[in-house]
Amino acid sequence: MLDALTVAVAVSALALAAWCGLAASRDQPTKDWHFIGMAVVSVLALAQLVVGIVRLARGERPEQGMTVFIAYLVGAFAAVPAAGFLSLTERTRWGSVTVAAGAVVLAVLEVRLYGIWGG
Amino acid sequence: MTGTERTTGPARKQPFELGSGPGRVLVWFYGVFTVAAASRSLVQMILDFDRAPLAYLLSAVAAVVYGFITYSLVRGGEKARRAALVCCAAELAGVLVVGTWTLVEPSAFPDATVWSDFGTGYLLIPVILPVTGMIWLRRAASA
Repeated sequence: MLDALTVAVAVSALALAAWCGLAASRDQPTKDWHFIGMAVVSVLALAQLVVGIVRLARGERPEQGMTVFIAYLVGAFAAVPAAGFLSLTERTRWGSVTVAAGAVVLAVLEVRLYGIWGG
Repeated sequence: MTGTERTTGPARKQPFELGSGPGRVLVWFYGVFTVAAASRSLVQMILDFDRAPLAYLLSAVAAVVYGFITYSLVRGGEKARRAALVCCAAELAGVLVVGTWTLVEPSAFPDATVWSDFGTGYLLIPVILPVTGMIWLRRAASA
């Protein structure tokens, strides 16, 4: 789709996962800086969603079907914000673990998105 | 039969939370798998149900089980804990049966389910999740 953006989302998601994993290992909840990090990753995922829809509108088609592609795009965009909301009401290290898990899920979704679009 | 009858202290009176602490991570994973299994089976059933009806129905069943466990974890309390425990056991049995089934008789599954090959397509999380869930639910009982 747009390989640079896919790689950027995946790498930033893994960085976020490592960062929140570190917070969890230090027995800390997610803090303001973590939420800024989540916002950055979410903006990248939103950009990817827009690019994906524009490409579809232009008539380009993913290899493994449009419905699946859109479902994964939306899922990728929602993953980190959803985990962020869960961590807002869980002010312990487990909130950090949740965001780290959410970021890992996003990275996996990026790998799948790459395959669905067709390399 | 309610579990509150055999409580010993006043601290046990209020429904304990299953969805906080380590349980919050479980809520996240069960939520993700509810969405994943539900959207997968819905899309496949609508687009081409006849291709692999058994696989798609099994994915739908998985989605219902995941959804119920997510709901139970959020709800909390002894009743929800027991219901979730039963569902986790059913989930584990489902993964093991479907996983073995797909390996022994691949022809029955023209398309994959969430539980195919013990969930290898989902990083084996479908096997790990019910075990972790049962450990957490058992610990929550004695907490």
